[in-house]
Amino acid sequence: MKLIFEKSQSGRRASSLPHHDLPVPEIPEELRRSQPPRLPEVAEPELVRHLTALADRTFGIDTGFYPLGSCTMKHNPRVNERVVNLPGFRDLHPHQEVEGSQGALELMWRLQEILGEVAGLDAVSLQPAAGSQGELTGLMLMRAYFAERGEERDTVMTADTAHGTNPASVTMSGYKLQKVGTDDRGNLDLDDLRSKVTERTAGLMLTNPSTLGLFDEHIEEVARIFHDAGALLYYDGANLNAVCGISRPGDMGFDIVHYNLHKTFSQPHGGGGPGGGPVAVRSELEPFLPVPAVVRRADGFDLDFDRPLSIGKVRGFTGPFGVFVRAYAFIRAYGPALKEMSEVAVLNANYLLARLRTAYELPFDRLPMHEFVLSARALKREHGVTALDVAKRLMDYGFHPPTIYFPLIVPEALMIEPTETEAKETLDAFVEAMLAIAREAEVTPALLKEAPHSRPVRRLDEVKAAKRAVVKFGFDEHPDLSLEPSEPRALEAQKGA
Amino acid sequence: MPAAESYPDGLKYHREHDWARIEGDEATLGITWFAVDALGELVHYEPPREGATIAKDSPYGEVESVKAVSDVVAPLSGEVVEVNATVVEAPETVNDDPYGEGWLIRIRLTEPTEVDDLLDVEAYRSFLGEQ
Amino acid sequence: MSHLSLTERDRSEMLAAIGVDSIEELFVDIPETLRLRRPLALEPALSEPELVRHLEELAGRNVHTGRELSFLGAGMYDHYVPAVVDALLARGEFLTAYTPYQPEMSQGVLQAIFEYQTVICELTGMDVTNASGYDGTTVAADACYLAKGTTGRSKVVVTEATSPQVRQVVKTYAPGFGLEVIEVPHRDGVTDPEELRSAAEGAACVVFQHPNFFGCLEPAPELAAAANDAGALPVAHVDPLSLGVLEAPGAYGCALAIGEGQGAGNPLSYGGPHYGFLAAKTEYTRRMPGRIIGETTDVDGRRGYVLTLQTREQHIRREKATSNITTNQTLLALAGLTYLSWLGPDGLREVGETCMALAEYAKERLDLPLAFPQQATFKEFAVAVGRPAREVIRAARAQGVHPGYALGRDYAELDDALLVAVTEKRTPEDIDRLAEVLGP
Repeated sequence: MKLIFEKSQSGRRASSLPHHDLPVPEIPEELRRSQPPRLPEVAEPELVRHLTALADRTFGIDTGFYPLGSCTMKHNPRVNERVVNLPGFRDLHPHQEVEGSQGALELMWRLQEILGEVAGLDAVSLQPAAGSQGELTGLMLMRAYFAERGEERDTVMTADTAHGTNPASVTMSGYKLQKVGTDDRGNLDLDDLRSKVTERTAGLMLTNPSTLGLFDEHIEEVARIFHDAGALLYYDGANLNAVCGISRPGDMGFDIVHYNLHKTFSQPHGGGGPGGGPVAVRSELEPFLPVPAVVRRADGFDLDFDRPLSIGKVRGFTGPFGVFVRAYAFIRAYGPALKEMSEVAVLNANYLLARLRTAYELPFDRLPMHEFVLSARALKREHGVTALDVAKRLMDYGFHPPTIYFPLIVPEALMIEPTETEAKETLDAFVEAMLAIAREAEVTPALLKEAPHSRPVRRLDEVKAAKRAVVKFGFDEHPDLSLEPSEPRALEAQKGA
Repeated sequence: MPAAESYPDGLKYHREHDWARIEGDEATLGITWFAVDALGELVHYEPPREGATIAKDSPYGEVESVKAVSDVVAPLSGEVVEVNATVVEAPETVNDDPYGEGWLIRIRLTEPTEVDDLLDVEAYRSFLGEQ
Repeated sequence: MSHLSLTERDRSEMLAAIGVDSIEELFVDIPETLRLRRPLALEPALSEPELVRHLEELAGRNVHTGRELSFLGAGMYDHYVPAVVDALLARGEFLTAYTPYQPEMSQGVLQAIFEYQTVICELTGMDVTNASGYDGTTVAADACYLAKGTTGRSKVVVTEATSPQVRQVVKTYAPGFGLEVIEVPHRDGVTDPEELRSAAEGAACVVFQHPNFFGCLEPAPELAAAANDAGALPVAHVDPLSLGVLEAPGAYGCALAIGEGQGAGNPLSYGGPHYGFLAAKTEYTRRMPGRIIGETTDVDGRRGYVLTLQTREQHIRREKATSNITTNQTLLALAGLTYLSWLGPDGLREVGETCMALAEYAKERLDLPLAFPQQATFKEFAVAVGRPAREVIRAARAQGVHPGYALGRDYAELDDALLVAVTEKRTPEDIDRLAEVLGP
């Protein structure tokens, strides 16, 4: 398929702009554009066809089952798209006076209240733009909290099953990283934990259930260990879909929580974003939250900038407002039945596991919650077929593959999260495909190793991509990478995901 | 073509999967077949600067494949005398010839007694057997 | 519940397959002490019509640009978002796909991001950009982190004429990054290159906004040269809509170009979601945060697109990653691609010229002293209104016109200054109305 630049023709244009008979002031020569940017030159029909062709080559939740572990790829309700486009939301300037933004402020305040209730915590900031930014905000809150108390703490602990964002956030916040291991039941290794917590530990970052989909059986003891050391607990909300209305992170002992509005609360993933990563905190941490705070006063809603202990701002304005509208609408459609959302998410995951565990290995043999991790290790050992091959073959069956090679502690990992919005027939079809693939591994492994066969492209040479690093169209100098053959060994050498 | 598995005699080995070829008061350093095989085809080598000092057991550079990054750990302490420009240009040289053309740096040893702490090929092979 | 397909029969069959009698049994691992045994204290569920009505009521209490003639800018702009952007969103595939880790399933998204990367590099005169940052403020923090990693220096310089929110976000990130932030004051609405040069001694980077927060054109090439002289990376924070008429930062010595993409293809939406961009010269590629899409071929030699240089990112490099960013702003960036494709190079130049022409007309018609009369401007300018600008805004709004931003909110000495933004959506008649409302 051609790039839009390859479809451009000089002189074509889709846009029309108003003309006024007004002189254009001259820009000083040293500041003037010397070469126009080579933007696409297409009229509207080609532009629309190009976008449509790109959409045809993209698989979304709207297309089919998308069981990426810890991503919570649930259906995105269409009514949310309608309400986010109401002019009172879509066309509201963020610098509009408070008197002229009462509807927006009220929506935000109500969402804050809801999120506080779901987490079992006292105060919320909606400002962070994504889960990673929520994590960083939480760590900044920890820094500010301990600085205010005059305590010098320099280390944060993460689990060895943690998503890579946890350690990355630790470094970006200026903390040192310490890892704690997982025991053979998939819980944090308490002995390892106790040996590592000191008076220099600021806190623990943890998701519960873990990335293995397992609820930590000792979470209350974990909380006790950290709180006794004067440290804080941070909850990574990536797996919140398992426990809404069932167990609250605040009750588990967590002091700071971030939510992923694009996971648990249905903000569409958009091909990689946008998302939203609000944080909720115990009251001791409220003074440090980002400014402005959205508050309710006697006569209406307001933005409070008078927060002398605030860490500052992590993002412009009050955060990604359009994401709040969708999350709020999603939750209002459920009401207290949000609990049912989590119950069905857990039911669907357990149903899939029950039907798949004969064909794939389950490294941690416990009841999972909303997701579970299988290993294709036996397939690799016996037939030379890897988790990667299973994933690519699933595409031929019309499914998006699950997450592979994560968490790192499981070899040939397949991390599967169905979510609550999948019908039983879809789950059954996925099971049939996975069982068929396990049989194919034995009988016709080449079918897997050469998969996918049914997508617009076959397996892509990531080694070539990394070495040549062609990251934009070169116009007259764009290289023809097909002249450099994809070496078979390069593709074979892509061990892992 | 990636090299077949081998661990030459005459080299000294380190538990972080590095090798050293001792040549008087200098040594040539690289990574073993085991390390290269685990990474897959190398796409990038981030070397230290010539003239830099490196310390035994500390990382002195990085190698990357498409899906993984690995520190390269110094088996011996010394001053970097030369960086293998061939590997910087074409990192896959390490996959093809990890002990020959795929050498990473040459150093002038600052603590020659450290050589005694390294493993010979039998000890390294047996260490690998335990992995 | 309309999002759940589960019937009673499904439920019983599934429980039977699992080997339990009830869903409650699936939660046995949660200690009773941690079980919430009351319903969530949330308001009762709303049916779809009730939900829409409730949201309409909330939206109805916001004074949006359809209800008030607005000259508000100060970082977010009421530019025209063409209908063709809706065509992007009309298909659910872009809306509901996630990060393209499985490239064979996502060639559409991957190619679109590659095209977006190309247009951003074209606008800014740079060699590499990522698949978007969160917004125009966080990309400044990203740039400082990149500069520190590259130069090994811990001081960063930001001009006072750069957006207050950008500066505040940089200062919020600074302690964790181990950065010292120095500000260089504005002189009559712009920055003095000599002052910048001294401040930049020993700095990792210099961040300057151009056009700046006051709408003024900075002596950008001289500021970049001053930074380069001091061995600091020049980072220009630019308005994409200005880059049809103003020189690309890559052409006058900048190492990085960053900015807020909102004006190029996203509605205002009370501040988000939008997209930030960060573009760089090729030597900084390995330090770039965020996802980068690269071109390659498949086993049959077919051209295709993949996430590349992933070893920079958190899922591989973890605690040594160039950033923790994972979820970004892809959909908004693709709206930006659609918008810039709609405009084309002539359209981009035209929209810039139109804004400038209308702004110039506004300066004449308003007959108010300019706060910075010596400076050339782009689409915004500051006027001195003779009393606190807040009062002028209140009075004008009572007549259905929002005249602009009170600079006194961020710059104490500019309490009587009003920042007026004029986009291509305003007409000469709109400006006449503004003049009438602000008149004596």
